[in-house]
Amino acid sequence: MKPNTPLERIYNGIIKENPTFVLLLGMCPTLAITTSASNGIGMGLTTTVVLIFSNLFISLLRKIIPDKVRIPAFIVIVASFVTIVQLLLEAYIPSLNESLGIYIPLIVVNCIILGRAEAYAYKNTVIASVFDGFGMGIGFTIAITILGAIRELLGAGCIFGYRLIPEDYNITILVLAPGAFFVLACLVAIMNKVKMKKGKPTIDTDACKSCGLCDHCLVASEKGGDRPCSR
Amino acid sequence: MQSLILIAIGSAFVNNVVLSQFLGLCPFLGVSKKINTAAGMGVAVIFVITLSSMVTWVINRFVLISLGLTYLQTIVFILVIACLVQIVETVLKKFSPALYKALGVYLPLITTNCAVLGVALTNVQSDYNFITSTVNGFSIAVGFTVAIIILAGIREKTEKNDIPKPFRGMPITLTTAGLMAIAFFGFSGLI
Repeated sequence: MKPNTPLERIYNGIIKENPTFVLLLGMCPTLAITTSASNGIGMGLTTTVVLIFSNLFISLLRKIIPDKVRIPAFIVIVASFVTIVQLLLEAYIPSLNESLGIYIPLIVVNCIILGRAEAYAYKNTVIASVFDGFGMGIGFTIAITILGAIRELLGAGCIFGYRLIPEDYNITILVLAPGAFFVLACLVAIMNKVKMKKGKPTIDTDACKSCGLCDHCLVASEKGGDRPCSR
Repeated sequence: MQSLILIAIGSAFVNNVVLSQFLGLCPFLGVSKKINTAAGMGVAVIFVITLSSMVTWVINRFVLISLGLTYLQTIVFILVIACLVQIVETVLKKFSPALYKALGVYLPLITTNCAVLGVALTNVQSDYNFITSTVNGFSIAVGFTVAIIILAGIREKTEKNDIPKPFRGMPITLTTAGLMAIAFFGFSGLI
């Protein structure tokens, strides 16, 4: 596939560089709100909207934003869209707003968004950036919906609220906090197994390599001391 | 006084910021390979979160509420936190080189630590006053530090263990964190 075409960007976001399963970005919402599949879809789509618009505006402004203050500039742009989306949710989908709670304003610090701004939108054309945001957002949505569906099915016996397993056979711990860690650990281990069969390198803890804010880590490690970020 | 102690224990252990609220997971998983670095990160987080709880409370009470701009909370808070981290770094560099040498490495990473923004927003949502906000921020950060040091300790011990290949790296760290989360459930009887 030719690079930077809309289709290639969407494929890249969903499969090749899936933000959750391949890059391990945005762990906080991934673990926190995946107690049910519908929460996953809600959070995923909210993030997708913010991601598309922030990529669009950062790409439009990429020649105007000075290099030295680009991170604060990105944060302001992302925070504005998060506020807009939060107010819209409060007005039109209050139930979703309630169940996602504090994790909606926290989309601002989701590394997927800043990472894409830094790694892609700041360097590429508007159309490619919008589709990059769309692909990454959908990839994130699919991943956290799968995670939410697994936890909801095994932990509460339902999917999207429809009961499939009788209540007596539920593993309640999976919808509680520890379950999030266990389910994600198993999914990443399965991804590793698949990758090992294909002879590709496995996913390691060096997740920050694609976070986009890695220069900070690099600067920090040059200042001496142990590298806080492992790359 | 009693309510302050309840807030402190509740935020530090019962509702541990990483293990039950899932805030600040990136440094929790990324900076927990060695106990030394984990402790450094923990102290830096305590410093920044306590300071930012105070500053964001003042700004929220005297600027945002009095001007009727509370809907700008997210933008203002994240900018305040980013500036604060920058200022702390500069001040430390100038006045306390020793402390700067110990904490300086971790400061830039803290801006994007969602626990900092999370604490600022919870303080506002729970209608805490200045003192309870500060105590809440401090104890949340202590909870983070305790959790990251324990995880680093376990990871140091289990580094050479014979772990099934697909589980090496991230998955085993996540499983460890899950087991710690179960252990922290034990604290819920405290309050």
